[in-house]
Amino acid sequence: MTARPILALFKRDLRLAARHAGQSLLPLVFLFAVLILIPLGVGPGPNLLAVMAPGMVWVAALLSGLLALEHLFRPDLEDGTLEQWWVGDTSVLAIVMVRFVSHWLITGLPVILIAPLAAQMLYLPPHAVPTLMLSLLLGTALLTLFGGLVAALTLGTQRGGVLLAILIFPLIVPVLIFGAGATAVVADGLSAQAHLGLLTALLVLALTLVPLATVSALRLNIE
Amino acid sequence: MIWTTLKVGFHKLGTPQVFYRLSSLLPPWLWAGFGVCAAIGVYQALYVVPPDYQQGDSFRILYVHVPAAWQAMATYVVMAVLAMIALVWRIRVAEIMAMVSAPIGAAMTLLCLATGSIWGRPMWGTWWAWDARLTSMLVLLFVYLGIMALYAAYDDHRKGARVACILILVGLINIPIIHFSVEWWTTLHQGATIRFFGESTMHPSMMPPLVWMTVAFKFLYAAALLTRARNELLRQDRSRNWVKLLMLKST
Repeated sequence: MTARPILALFKRDLRLAARHAGQSLLPLVFLFAVLILIPLGVGPGPNLLAVMAPGMVWVAALLSGLLALEHLFRPDLEDGTLEQWWVGDTSVLAIVMVRFVSHWLITGLPVILIAPLAAQMLYLPPHAVPTLMLSLLLGTALLTLFGGLVAALTLGTQRGGVLLAILIFPLIVPVLIFGAGATAVVADGLSAQAHLGLLTALLVLALTLVPLATVSALRLNIE
Repeated sequence: MIWTTLKVGFHKLGTPQVFYRLSSLLPPWLWAGFGVCAAIGVYQALYVVPPDYQQGDSFRILYVHVPAAWQAMATYVVMAVLAMIALVWRIRVAEIMAMVSAPIGAAMTLLCLATGSIWGRPMWGTWWAWDARLTSMLVLLFVYLGIMALYAAYDDHRKGARVACILILVGLINIPIIHFSVEWWTTLHQGATIRFFGESTMHPSMMPPLVWMTVAFKFLYAAALLTRARNELLRQDRSRNWVKLLMLKST
């Protein structure tokens, strides 16, 4: 087994995303739409918004992350590529891992980069912004992993979208608690070490187990 | 020798015909067991146990609430064991039993939340509190609903069941994590949380009905599980020969 097919797949995924840049960035537009709705819904008072900011930015990021998940494996299932993964001699686990990395680069990284702007919109104290970005770094990676698993589980169904959102909800509860919690405690002037440590532990656990479960879910769907 | 017998027995149990016969024999006894235990439990809970010195009579709802909560969690563990068997040995009966367990577990979780809410209104002064245990129970309900929805979304029963079995096993790791993260979350926001009751601080005179009701709920689960599995098996195999023969014989 060589690294060449893996590398080729990685380049292909990124190139496809770049060619459809407008579509790839739509989740970001959605994120801002949610962020604009919040002040419109609860009022523009800076004090209230500052208190809600960590949780709201996190919820908006998670919601926008859901949008891209359906396309993680479905095009490959529809054009038959997915079956070829098992025919070739490249490890499917490696292919899935590469797919996760490219998906995170396309959907996760932009969210982290625009997080300071989102934080500013909701008056998050500036000293909490680095923690927000760091927690989103871990959180978006976890969302990609859990989302990939759920996308693989729902691959054989017709109405994947709504089902996907329902299935991912319990998985993402701890991520939201620790991620939004980290930002909130830093905004209050405390240390977020414990939150970030637990979030990292969760990521390590997910990195070891989720790709395996994803591969077996994918295999069930091509049988 | 014994090992071979066990293995043969295990595989025989996995064949639909053998399972069908067993699941026709056991449920009447299990329902009877539930009836007897529940009757004793309810009688003791309502007439024998003295009222609580602070809560009066309203604490008696715990004799439904606590067994339901325990059964909601126990059902998940049983379901996960069945899912493991289904995935490793590809036994269809185990798949069916895991799938029909999910609605039972969801019902138990809902019963636990509903009785807790009814009790909470006069005692806490609110229908709902974002307490750690309440929240993780609510998430558990959504885990059950997700498993049911995933299974139902597949046209192919077996594929749907196996995919849902993977989700069940993921949940087995995830539910404790959810539980602890939610506990962490509430301790951050509100110092002292309201507790239902300390296990050891319960007065001994209040224990017997709880034991009876817990056993009754186990019987209820076993009876419902086998009855539902039998129905599901018949429904899925309705065009198979063994079901047709069975129907011919019974008419």
